[in-house]
Amino acid sequence: MVNLKRGSGGIAVPEKKELSSSAKIVDAGLPNELVLFLSQHTGAPASALVKAGDSVKRGQLVASTQGAVSAAVHAPTSGKVKAVEDRYHPVQGRLCQAIVLEPDGLNELDESVRPRASAVEDITKEDLVALAREIGLVGLGGAAFPTAVKLTPPPNKPIDTYLLNGIECEPYLTADDRIMVEEPHDVVFGFRALMKSAGVKRGIVCIEDNKPEAIEAMREAIKPFGELELAVVPTRYPRGGEKQLIQVVLGREVPPPPGLPLDVGVIVSNVGTAYAMAQAVQKGLPLVERIVTVTGEGVKTPCNFRSLIGTPVSYLIELAGGFSGPVGKVIMGGPMMGVSLKDLNAPIVKGTSGLVVLQRGQIKREKVLPCIKCGRCVEACPMGLLPVWIAACSDSGYLEDAEKYRAMDCIECGCCAYECPSKRPLVQSIKLAKNRITAKRRALAAKK
Amino acid sequence: MGEKLIVTPSPHIKSPRTVKGVMLGVVISLLPACVGAVVLFGMNALLILITSVVSAVVAEALWQRATKQEITVGDFSAVITGLLLAMTLPPGVPLYVPAVGSVFAIVIAKQIFGGLGSNFVNPALAGRAFVLAAWPMSVAGAWLNPLTHDAVSSPTPLAVLKGGGTNIPGLWDLLIGNRTGSLGETSIILLLLGGLFLLVTKIIDWRTPVGFLGTLFVGTWIFGKPGALFQGDGLSAILLGGAVLGAFFMATDYVTSPVTPKGRLIFGIGAGLVTLLIRLWGGYPEGVTYGILFMNLMTPIIDRFVVPKYYGYEHDARARKSAEGKR
Repeated sequence: MVNLKRGSGGIAVPEKKELSSSAKIVDAGLPNELVLFLSQHTGAPASALVKAGDSVKRGQLVASTQGAVSAAVHAPTSGKVKAVEDRYHPVQGRLCQAIVLEPDGLNELDESVRPRASAVEDITKEDLVALAREIGLVGLGGAAFPTAVKLTPPPNKPIDTYLLNGIECEPYLTADDRIMVEEPHDVVFGFRALMKSAGVKRGIVCIEDNKPEAIEAMREAIKPFGELELAVVPTRYPRGGEKQLIQVVLGREVPPPPGLPLDVGVIVSNVGTAYAMAQAVQKGLPLVERIVTVTGEGVKTPCNFRSLIGTPVSYLIELAGGFSGPVGKVIMGGPMMGVSLKDLNAPIVKGTSGLVVLQRGQIKREKVLPCIKCGRCVEACPMGLLPVWIAACSDSGYLEDAEKYRAMDCIECGCCAYECPSKRPLVQSIKLAKNRITAKRRALAAKK
Repeated sequence: MGEKLIVTPSPHIKSPRTVKGVMLGVVISLLPACVGAVVLFGMNALLILITSVVSAVVAEALWQRATKQEITVGDFSAVITGLLLAMTLPPGVPLYVPAVGSVFAIVIAKQIFGGLGSNFVNPALAGRAFVLAAWPMSVAGAWLNPLTHDAVSSPTPLAVLKGGGTNIPGLWDLLIGNRTGSLGETSIILLLLGGLFLLVTKIIDWRTPVGFLGTLFVGTWIFGKPGALFQGDGLSAILLGGAVLGAFFMATDYVTSPVTPKGRLIFGIGAGLVTLLIRLWGGYPEGVTYGILFMNLMTPIIDRFVVPKYYGYEHDARARKSAEGKR
């Protein structure tokens, strides 16, 4: 067991995991339509290789990477391309180009989908990196950063530790929990493949102590492998953020933006990512499906689905028994950092770990009151920032001061706004400052 | 699925804690000591408490109405101001003193600067400082004997100490409040009960009262006895006067104290120091009011310079240094 270090800030939130934590993963099946956005990841959008009328097979490459930081997109099932058109992107909140696929129900495999190796030892480091890029693997914890980029750090940044993130600190979500409980050996297989591809010798599986079943399953699964350790982290939001995880497990702090974990010799990947990597090595299956928790008081039977990327939100909610009453919000992701949807025809994307449905009665419209400077946001901030001042500077337009208070370091975890007794929209104020500071920096750079 | 969906930015869940809830918690924490005051000093104390609270609430409502603002007396903050002001007054004070003091506290110290959240000094203490200047004889002299409720002309135990005397009540009397003094400051046990409630419910930070009382205790112990070091009576310094009331209920006022934990410790220590200076070497027997008011004024400076340890910067400095070394 790894000795933990001191973490900073964070809050205790109602976990609500029990709604779906014992629901076995079930296949969500085929919807009538799949919508595959070309931009489901951090970086440049992929570029479409198919056009309306084309037939595709499960696992076939339908959009290829553009540039170094990008991720390929594959057809999740066989069928016909209905259109390549703009659709409403649930996460980006605007129209984005998407490939719309009509499944034919046959689910024929593309010939590119073939097993690569049955053991991590049987495949080379270079082949693993190439495979991660080929299958369009991105971080499945939510940020959707292309994994292949992480696996190839610059030579002057040696990596000594790979953390497998099974923290899942967002309330309600249980996708990571279930995959560790049900497929611990595949998760470990994928983790070892990721470690090999990055050339890292030490791996630590990190799980919050509110998942005893997953802890036991993973403890058993890592036993044969001396290079793997287990870290059981006390439950506290947002310990699953990679910066927070690195701090509490290794006692290191990632430098401020544009600092990355690799600057302190660490790579962090989600357990879902490791599982997808295992599927790619063992079966050759690209990233065309993922585990999605559909939960919340607002659905009748909270479930964990193995769902094809591009499945409409409405389809998954129906599959979970539909709404349990008047619906308030449908959140893509967790309730702390997720996006509340305005259109349920939107599809899930690679980074969608769950859908949380809240009943109308759970949503309180609370009046925003003046800040009373209670300092709760300061104690809650896991980045050690002063949300109270950043937001005040942002609200009154003092961008330079907001920048001095390190607005750009904010990870938008929502702890400050959760804690605020005056119900002030602190995250929004800080995000606004960040956007305006970024715009200003761009304008300055353009002048030069 | 034609349902209308609510769309807002994240986070989509919020803590149940509200401003009103916090303020109500403070009111509840003050009630035991208020009841104690009425038991000790009788109807006078009750009338002063009521006058002060009603005056504060009415003043806030009228001012907000006159200036066409939303009336926010329902948030209980004016109730707290009224209660705290009353608790700092002698039990024999005429009723116009709390009435005028509350109006000053609410209108001049709080509303003129923008109301809740924008005032820079503790309104109750500003009100007390005002009435102390306006009616020095009644505010610093209208003491009553606990339980018998007779007017007494003898000075408070703190003033006795100040005059070099040693004839002060015993420890038990000090703890239950059997001494002359301001009506809400004497019942130490009941005040500590309220303070404990605020600590347990995480409404206040322990750093402020601990810094305040600790500084007062240690400082008095070291310098309290003229001509001899380390022989002062630190415990009496805490139990006499308004130190406990001030440390738990006034120095901890959110709006007028720093936002960082470290800042609050500095605030507490600073308020304790100023109180100590006034008590030992100043002209007044008591210094809690000015100790806290002084630190209220220091709060913007503390907030400017005392910042938390930002995540990622220590490493950054080291990394930069090593990178520069390599160049």
